[in-house]
Amino acid sequence: MNTPNLETSDYGEISLKRNPTSPRTLFGLVMSGIAGLFTLMAIIPLFIILSYLITKGVSSLSASVFTELPPPPLVDGGGFGNAILGTVLMVGIGALISIPLGIMAAIYLSEFNEGQVADWIRFATNVLSGVPSIIVGVFAYSAIVLTFRSYSAWAGGFALSILMLPIIVRTTDESLKLVPQDVRQASVGIGANQYQTVLQVVLPAALPAIITGITLSIARAAGETAPLLFTALFTQYWPNWDALLVEPTASLAVLVYNFAIVPFKNQQELAWGAAFILVLLVLFTSVISRLATAKRTY
Amino acid sequence: MNHPASKIESRSGFERTLDGTFYWSAKLLAFAIAGVLVWITIQVAIAAMPAIKEFGVGFLSNSSWNPVKNQYGVWPAIYGTVVSSFIALALSVPIGLGVAIFLSEDYLPSSVQRITVFLVELLAAIPSVVYGLWGIFVLIPFLKGFTSLKGPGMLPAALILSVMILPTIAAIARDAITNVDLGLRQAAVGLGATRWETIIQIILPAASSGIIGGIMLALGRALGETMAVTMLIGNSNKVDTSIFAPSNTVSSLLANQFAEASGLQVAALMYAALILFFITLVVNVLAQLLVTRLQKI
Repeated sequence: MNTPNLETSDYGEISLKRNPTSPRTLFGLVMSGIAGLFTLMAIIPLFIILSYLITKGVSSLSASVFTELPPPPLVDGGGFGNAILGTVLMVGIGALISIPLGIMAAIYLSEFNEGQVADWIRFATNVLSGVPSIIVGVFAYSAIVLTFRSYSAWAGGFALSILMLPIIVRTTDESLKLVPQDVRQASVGIGANQYQTVLQVVLPAALPAIITGITLSIARAAGETAPLLFTALFTQYWPNWDALLVEPTASLAVLVYNFAIVPFKNQQELAWGAAFILVLLVLFTSVISRLATAKRTY
Repeated sequence: MNHPASKIESRSGFERTLDGTFYWSAKLLAFAIAGVLVWITIQVAIAAMPAIKEFGVGFLSNSSWNPVKNQYGVWPAIYGTVVSSFIALALSVPIGLGVAIFLSEDYLPSSVQRITVFLVELLAAIPSVVYGLWGIFVLIPFLKGFTSLKGPGMLPAALILSVMILPTIAAIARDAITNVDLGLRQAAVGLGATRWETIIQIILPAASSGIIGGIMLALGRALGETMAVTMLIGNSNKVDTSIFAPSNTVSSLLANQFAEASGLQVAALMYAALILFFITLVVNVLAQLLVTRLQKI
């Protein structure tokens, strides 16, 4: 019998030791280095942008910024109190529309899962989340602004609700799915109806994760500019309650846009301040939601 | 008979109705989500009708945008949209893949790795308008220093776009890579493959449908991205092949002109919006199909 002899085989001297200078090892080292470098390159912009926001944004903030109206060009001082209020109002309107709608839709998807139909609706939700925000703005303009013949906080809120909807549906759907099947069976086993099982047992169990999703969608909506450009427009003044908010309404995001493209120093500084607040809001909610989902109970 | 079972009654009619109402309202609202997509399509298409009748398919190839003469065409905007998106993809696909691989291998201790993943995700959370603000005051002056850029233009817009779509590519590619069956990796290593031979010959091909899906999703985002691009691209409605020249995209055309438009110009903008909607819809549907396939494997 001819047993292969490794030491004297045709392959020359074979060693099972890792050869640090072989092309295979070197190739791996180089590729690892490149991947690490790319990761560094990906994170660097985040820190550059954050450092500019902190240095430029914080210096332009003061107490009056939160209470005063935007200044006209070449006038010092002023603030964006109306824009903060406008953003809160419109995100609030968006949340009021999208939260009940989104949660009910997610309940259907997760609790009354009817195979193909649910898959199709999930698919539609994902496609809806990919619709460019400017298209949503154009749509809200023709659906709401043209119908009511006025720019309004309502039109802005409506546009934001369409952007929030897919986020809420997806996160709620996912957090409902995480509730173990036993919990539902136990509930039905002691005689609960469908709506009792869902509303009093499953939904409360998934509530922390659902709230996280809602918070994320609110933070995302607060930073959206394109859908508000021609639905809420912008104004130098406070929201008009007497007109039932059916008037152009200011928002932080549109303020950043409007004041970034003007040559006036004071307005530019306010843009940095408003941008800082928007990013702070997003960072804060992202970190909170990350911590909240890190310790899931189920 | 005093047995407790004898006291069990069937549900009252009221409760049945309540249960049924709950089920049907949930079902109705779920269908409403799909309905919104249809509503958007119909609403925008109707508003675009006058322009569709007036300009037809020539709208796509015509490059004049003249509200005075009511002559409209979107060729420069479509050119700018496609070019800016593809430059952004060319930059962020290799970087995003590098990030995905680096953060799915065991290079970093798991706590550092988790934080790094979170930091990359944060890039996606920064509002578009903030990227635009930063681009105007920091990126453009910086690029002016050593390129022939004179102000806003294709280059800064595409660079910012690449940063904005990077997290999408990195996150979905990383998901796809970590979803690859561990057995495949073990088998490759068992046969004597090095780490990178395993990655390139086994892991990446196995994860390819998810990775391509992620790239398509990023493409969809880049095509429709509005604020940052509008603030940086210069909004010049002509085709210029230099990346240092100002250009335009469909979304920035809309952002710039919509508020002041009237009559046929609104219809023409709606037509442009419809085209953008259609393109992103096709890209997104393809991307979703690829990503869903990934989840089923």
